Amino acid sequence: MSVKTLTIDGRPVTGRAGETIFNVAWDNGIRIPRLCHVGGLTDVGACRLCLVEIEGQNRLAAACLTPVEEGMVVRTQTDRLREHRRLLVELLLAERNHVCSVCVMNGACELQDLAAELGVDHVRLRYLHPKLEVDTSHERFGMDHNRCVLCTRCVRVCDEVEGAHTKDVAGRGTLSRIIHDLDQPWGESDTCTGCGKCVHVCPTGALFTKGKSVMEMIKDRRFLKYIVTARERRQWILQEEK
Amino acid sequence: MAKRIVIDPVTRIEGHARISIYVNEAGEVEAAQFHVGEFRGFEKFAQGRPFHEMPGLMARTCGICPVSHVLAGSRAGDMLLGLDPPPAARAQRRLLNYAQHLQSHALSFFYLSCPDLLLGFDSPPERRHILGLAEADPGFVRRGVRLRQFGQTIIETIGGRRVHPPGSVPGGMTRPLEREEVERIRQWLPEALESVQMALDRFKALLGQFQEEIASLGDFPSLFMGMVNGQGELEIYDGAIRFVDAAGNLVADNLDPARYFTYIGEASEEWSYMKFPYYRPLGYPGGMYRVGPLARLNVCTRVGTPLADRELREFRQRAGRPACATFHYHWARLIEMLHAVERIDEITADDVLLDPRVRARAGQNANVGIGACEAPRGTLFHHYEVDDTGLVRRANLLIATGQNNLAMNQAVTQAAKRFVRADDPAEGGLNRVEAAIRCFDPCLSCATHAFGRIPLLVEFRRRDGSLLRRLPA
Repeated sequence: MSVKTLTIDGRPVTGRAGETIFNVAWDNGIRIPRLCHVGGLTDVGACRLCLVEIEGQNRLAAACLTPVEEGMVVRTQTDRLREHRRLLVELLLAERNHVCSVCVMNGACELQDLAAELGVDHVRLRYLHPKLEVDTSHERFGMDHNRCVLCTRCVRVCDEVEGAHTKDVAGRGTLSRIIHDLDQPWGESDTCTGCGKCVHVCPTGALFTKGKSVMEMIKDRRFLKYIVTARERRQWILQEEK
Repeated sequence: MAKRIVIDPVTRIEGHARISIYVNEAGEVEAAQFHVGEFRGFEKFAQGRPFHEMPGLMARTCGICPVSHVLAGSRAGDMLLGLDPPPAARAQRRLLNYAQHLQSHALSFFYLSCPDLLLGFDSPPERRHILGLAEADPGFVRRGVRLRQFGQTIIETIGGRRVHPPGSVPGGMTRPLEREEVERIRQWLPEALESVQMALDRFKALLGQFQEEIASLGDFPSLFMGMVNGQGELEIYDGAIRFVDAAGNLVADNLDPARYFTYIGEASEEWSYMKFPYYRPLGYPGGMYRVGPLARLNVCTRVGTPLADRELREFRQRAGRPACATFHYHWARLIEMLHAVERIDEITADDVLLDPRVRARAGQNANVGIGACEAPRGTLFHHYEVDDTGLVRRANLLIATGQNNLAMNQAVTQAAKRFVRADDPAEGGLNRVEAAIRCFDPCLSCATHAFGRIPLLVEFRRRDGSLLRRLPA
């Protein structure tokens, strides 16, 4: 197994060939913000929050998709990156109707945490205020498109871990949205097993358990590592951390 | 010439409003109107949202009395689930509501009304506020602030937060209480009781000075509506509705709050965003009724706790039964504060409050949910119509302050006729017109009064609306 040596934020680190900058950074305690990445699922680079600067490249690179190279010099925290990330969060907030104060995930939401971390105290863009439905046709779960950031974690966990591929994305640009089967109400889906994995990987209040009130939803995605290590390594280890 | 005097904004109330006083050619006040120019739209926001969100969403209507909206929303949710929450949840919710009555009444009395009552209606407006009062009598103001803190501490303990507490949900409460938490609440009781009794004594000693205000800040006959329990005692969480008239006759009793629309109608006027509810059998506007502390004391047979009942007897001897003078809302509010402290004592002494079973679970079992409770300012109704998947399709809120709308208009008219002279409107006279509104402690939104602004803006307008003179210039 070949090992790559590189520098991230001035620190010399090593990673295995093929490993992403994101994983090597996190393994070394360097936290890069993200919304679409979640350990155990394929990365897609949808949210762009993990953009990093690589010396010698003009283009910013998504850390979750870029493999480490020998001698690479990576910066994860620069003024330019912070400004880009802040704008990305503002774009997400402006694109749909994120009303934290009355959201089931208020206080435990990854988007809310990121906004706080990046100093988003207001949004400089005009809100689009799209008129979006809440799908509560499923017996146990609900989907609120107002709170969705299209990270596609739900699509990937449904396909890669549960194996049902009930969810997918339809439409383009700002009209993109998560659908079930052939764009049916969730409750009428023939393929959904009702496992709830999508609900627990969702970073915001877009997917929720029905019956939860404001601030009441708690998500726990420890199952993901458990299932993935069990499948790949035949080891059944429940991780303590969330 | 005919004039319109505008008081804008009305200060030391919760929310934004203005008053127009219409003056005829002879210089006499003809009429007055209380306009609420803000629009909130919560009935619209609710549409398309899951009903489980309603307690939290509706709480946002107000920062002063969010608990009332949380409780009405939770109770409407209970009805949609078709269940009764466990006894510990009922105890927690009642405690939450008494705590809110205590803190909200303390805000109304100490912060908003006492500057008039203790410093005088004619005292300089730039000093006539809570900070001016704090300089004049710091010990008194400190007690008021501490009473609010007591109420807010209970709300935080049970509900999880001081403002917009998320603890009450359809089906019950989110978490059982620990004995230590209840003991911490109980440690406040002696001080709270002493403070409320001090305020009551102080207020009663002042009554002699305010004979003119008592007679003119809205002393008129009307119906009164409030909640009572099975024994006719004051109840603020799950009672039945009772109406009495100005002569004290029982007009209607044991009405189901969930059938409110059969006996309460809602009218609207072009000049205000606030609805005009009325008692249906008497029509609009003849079916004017008052809600809130004064109405609750007028409808109940007795309050139900010893100290407050003793005060109620004195109240009825001195103010009449029913008491029709709007000024006596202040007195009634103080008696209710005493009652709240006694009830908090009673509920926190009962171990049912500590029962770990605080939430009942069920799926949706109905399409209509109506929840009611007594908010500090009067009876509050939340009415949701929900589709089969649990999304709210229509919401109607019948807010306590709204139900006093007709009466508030009558009170400002009476006060303006008595205290405002069109040729030379003195500030003290206009302040009394505002004070008529403050008696009701209207909660027009979650906004409170901002210090450091001109307390009052008066505009003299010709009948065609053109500006004649502005005070201050």
